[in-house]
Amino acid sequence: MTDAALTSAAVAPPVETPFRRFASDFFANKVAAVALVIIVILALLAIFAPWVTPQNPYDLTQISIFDNMLKPGAKSMEGKTFWLGTDEQGRDMFSAMIYGLRMSLFVSAVATSIAVLVGVSLGVTAAYFGGRVDSIIMRIVDLQLSFPAILIALILLAALGKGVDKVILALMLVQWAYYARTVRGNALVERRREYIEAAQCLALPRYRIIFRHLLPNCLPPLIVIATVQVAHAISLEATLSFLGVGVPITEPSLGLLISNGYKYILSGKYWVSVFPGLMLLLTILSINLVGDHLRDLLNPRLKA
Amino acid sequence: MSAPKYLVDARDVSKRFSQEPDLAQKVAGLLGARTKRIVVHALDHVSLGIAEGEVVGLVGESGSGKSTLGRIIAGIWEPSEGEIHFAGRPRNELNDTQRRAADLAVQMVFQDPMSSLNPRMHVAEIIGEAPEYHGIVKASETAAYVADIMQKVGLDPSFAERYPHQFSGGQRARIGIARALAVKPRVIVADEAIAALDVSIQAQVINLFMKLRADLGLAYLFISHDLGVVRHLADRVAILYLGRIVESAPADELFNTPNHPYTVALLANMPKVETGKHAFAPLEGEIPSPINPPSGCHFHPRCAHAMPRCAEVAPKLREVAPGRLSACHLNDGA
Amino acid sequence: MTATLEVAGLSTHFFTRAGVVKAVDGVSFSVQRGQVLGLVGESGSGKTVTGLSIMGLVDRPGRIVSGSIKLAGQELVGLSEKGWRTIRGRKIAMIFQDPMMTLNPVLRIDTQMIETVLAHADVSKDSARERCRQALSRVGIPSPDERLTAYPHQFSGGMRQRVAIAIALLHDPELIIADEPTTALDVTIQAQIIAQVQKLAAETGTAIVWVTHDLAVVSGLSDRLAVMYAGRIIEEGPTAEVLTQPHHPYTAGLLHSLPINNPRGQPLNQIPGSTPSLLRLPPGCPFGPRCTRKQHDCTQAMPPETQGANGVRLRCYHPVAREGAMA
Ligand SMILES: Nc1ncnc2c1ncn2[C@@H]1O[C@H](COP(=O)(O)OP(=O)(O)OP(=O)(O)O)[C@@H](O)[C@H]1O
Ligand SMILES: Nc1ncnc2c1ncn2[C@@H]1O[C@H](COP(=O)(O)OP(=O)(O)OP(=O)(O)O)[C@@H](O)[C@H]1O
Ligand code: SF4
Ligand code: SF4
Ligand SMILES: [Mg+2]
Ligand SMILES: [Mg+2]
Repeated sequence: MTDAALTSAAVAPPVETPFRRFASDFFANKVAAVALVIIVILALLAIFAPWVTPQNPYDLTQISIFDNMLKPGAKSMEGKTFWLGTDEQGRDMFSAMIYGLRMSLFVSAVATSIAVLVGVSLGVTAAYFGGRVDSIIMRIVDLQLSFPAILIALILLAALGKGVDKVILALMLVQWAYYARTVRGNALVERRREYIEAAQCLALPRYRIIFRHLLPNCLPPLIVIATVQVAHAISLEATLSFLGVGVPITEPSLGLLISNGYKYILSGKYWVSVFPGLMLLLTILSINLVGDHLRDLLNPRLKA
Repeated sequence: MSAPKYLVDARDVSKRFSQEPDLAQKVAGLLGARTKRIVVHALDHVSLGIAEGEVVGLVGESGSGKSTLGRIIAGIWEPSEGEIHFAGRPRNELNDTQRRAADLAVQMVFQDPMSSLNPRMHVAEIIGEAPEYHGIVKASETAAYVADIMQKVGLDPSFAERYPHQFSGGQRARIGIARALAVKPRVIVADEAIAALDVSIQAQVINLFMKLRADLGLAYLFISHDLGVVRHLADRVAILYLGRIVESAPADELFNTPNHPYTVALLANMPKVETGKHAFAPLEGEIPSPINPPSGCHFHPRCAHAMPRCAEVAPKLREVAPGRLSACHLNDGA
Repeated sequence: MTATLEVAGLSTHFFTRAGVVKAVDGVSFSVQRGQVLGLVGESGSGKTVTGLSIMGLVDRPGRIVSGSIKLAGQELVGLSEKGWRTIRGRKIAMIFQDPMMTLNPVLRIDTQMIETVLAHADVSKDSARERCRQALSRVGIPSPDERLTAYPHQFSGGMRQRVAIAIALLHDPELIIADEPTTALDVTIQAQIIAQVQKLAAETGTAIVWVTHDLAVVSGLSDRLAVMYAGRIIEEGPTAEVLTQPHHPYTAGLLHSLPINNPRGQPLNQIPGSTPSLLRLPPGCPFGPRCTRKQHDCTQAMPPETQGANGVRLRCYHPVAREGAMA
């Protein structure tokens, strides 16, 4: 039999990139799909906050103290409706929340990105070289992970002082170790795969094997962790801000908004605190739902 | 100096793996328990050469060191002792350019067609990466080069943009072979390269190996536990037992008149279709552990001809007939 | 006399998102007391699913959609989970390719074996231990007393497989389903295990279904041979008959492709093409696209099962004629 006959009889599925296959699997789960849509909407709201909010809550010319503590749905002096009410400064709660979300997302996304970068580089290096390099990096990781994140963050911020950059640094420092450990674990498994040996056999240089062959195959499980960690970072940042060591009062995040409104809860003025709280809950819940579904999808044991 | 006998040969190569004690053992050690560093002698002074265009079959039980020897010859691992010579010169003494040429000249085809292909690269990248990187082809000509090689191994070049998971097992095996061929090797180390394939596909891939040998003059180190396939393909066969070569001979002679008692047992246990239903008469005894192999001849606990000497002195691998090597005390009288 | 195992029209389908996978589609065969049935075929042809169906172990999204499985006359399809408990592990035992499917890595061998005995038999712990000791020595494990107190990782691969077989033998089952039990093992160890299985079938009358893709192994071991392709048995008959006079082009092609049936160093006869996906089967005969004997009628409908000479059953419109068969 000729080889031509061979190939023509071969299976010919449509071209399907791993990504496209993955995407179609992902959207098969309705809950996760809805959660992803919510995340996208929240992210867009946050990014385009200046255009979607009725006022800039931190522009003192746009707010009036006479509008303070209005109930949801109440009208302002100028006849505008505050659908979610106002806070003690007379800011529109909706606008304040979107700006708060913007700050929360910004801080946690930047912190997570840097943490991923640092963690992944160190993790892959540890796994590929092994030996002493591995021992040193992993001992630092162990040390880091044996303290509660919140404790480390509190100590760091107490030492560094307030500021958005400081919060980002603190969040990054408490997160990178997770990535380093996860990536190292994956890389140790992947490194034993025959395609790595094949690349070595083809006399490809080390950096190329690490970054083109090893790394891309270690990333998928990382996506799950990164997703969940963003949620974790958001809630950690909210906790820090709630405790008063987080972002400065001039650029409040959701956590700070909750904290500010907290004192009014007992007097029945729930909206100042509850709405930002719900927003925080919705954000974290959506991210976690997406993360859980990603985990299921990427877990080979659950695949048929 | 005359042309070297072998294109690539392993000379007196040993490989030891030491298992580092794990954490629990370390703790036990601190508490005073005696912990031993476990050393596995995967290869014990093995010499094996492959001449230009020759097919050498490598057979042995699981754990006898076949893959280890294959990886060392392919340059993926360094031996603990001994040297690999390429075209008669020690590989470690070559300069960078020569070393790279030597590395590329010996390529490996792996057992598992799926795990040996990077799942995140499409076929054109898998095949084309190395030749482009090493300057074997210009970047602008890579696509045509890849298409040409795919054709050679019987893959439709229009599949170049597909990913490994979109191919059948036999096609994946071909991709692995194409990747090796792309750097113009002269020796291919095929480690159980057909074991994971469908029954009906095995013959296709064996034929491909033979066709490439005829067309390109490739030499093979063919590692397999399928004696029928080895007999069909190999010019010469080496039998490995617990890290030592116990017999090596031209394939005909080895299969017709095996010399070493282990080879005899192996051939007797080889299942054959034509024998029909019969009672199996197995070789007794366990495969000993490579961690503490039996003294003397490693085979003596299972050998029907074992003599007192066998437990004391390891028999030397020596020529028992022209071109035939065997390591057994039974040959001492002759 | 009723056969130990009688499978009739068994269909096991998997209902996946990509479509219905007809992993086993109308399979019938029977195994008599003390007999060995070899079940061979391509990867994915449904051998394992057939075995799992007989054991009542098919999991969602799969289920037995039709057919009957009778063990010594007793219908197993539709049996309650309680009913299965008296059958599985006691009357039918399964040996897997990977013995660690049966063995628990963190428990000692004696713990695992005694537990298995006590689960099905009302005996004292001491007599259970004695039974385990005997089972181990029956599969050729030397010094069973010491071995009983070992953990699975302290055994070699071949020994582990023999322990798994010993566990399968604990209750002298009427039927053993062995799913590629020697595929991962060396020829010498493989021969040891096959020898023990042969002894067992001869001595206790246990019927055996031996799943493999190695024709050479079943030729020496089995009484009857069933060849599966794409979820169906396409040829079934006495082993010697099937292997010396194959009628189905697939069986014939497999035999022709074996190195032993080809002159040394010459290209092997190969079956062209590759195994079809069960989700995209061609119309008519599933082997059609790879078959050299295909004619127009082959693409019209699945060939029905026909009864040939010498007790061979066949699914093919244009079987290989006698002259064309292997000597
Ligand atoms: N990376 C490693 N670390 C420790 N021991 C190893 C390593 N690789 C192989 N070994 C040991 O070396 C010995 C030889 O292994 P090798 O893989 O070469 O055997 P093989 O003949 O290829 O067996 P198989 O037929 O099962 O593939 C075995 O005892 C194995 O356990
Ligand atoms: N849980 C499952 N979900 C969906 N499809 C399945 C499932 N289990 C098995 N299948 C499908 O059923 C078919 C038959 O599989 P089976 O495991 O019986 O093949 P096999 O003949 O044992 O092959 P092998 O020789 O590779 O073991 C395959 O196409 C497989 O993809
Ligand atoms: S040296 Fe002795 S034990 Fe070894 S194979 Fe020869 S006769 Fe047997
Ligand atoms: S039915 Fe037709 S296509 Fe199918 S095997 Fe027979 S001859 Fe070939
Ligand atoms: Mg190996
Ligand atoms: Mg199977």
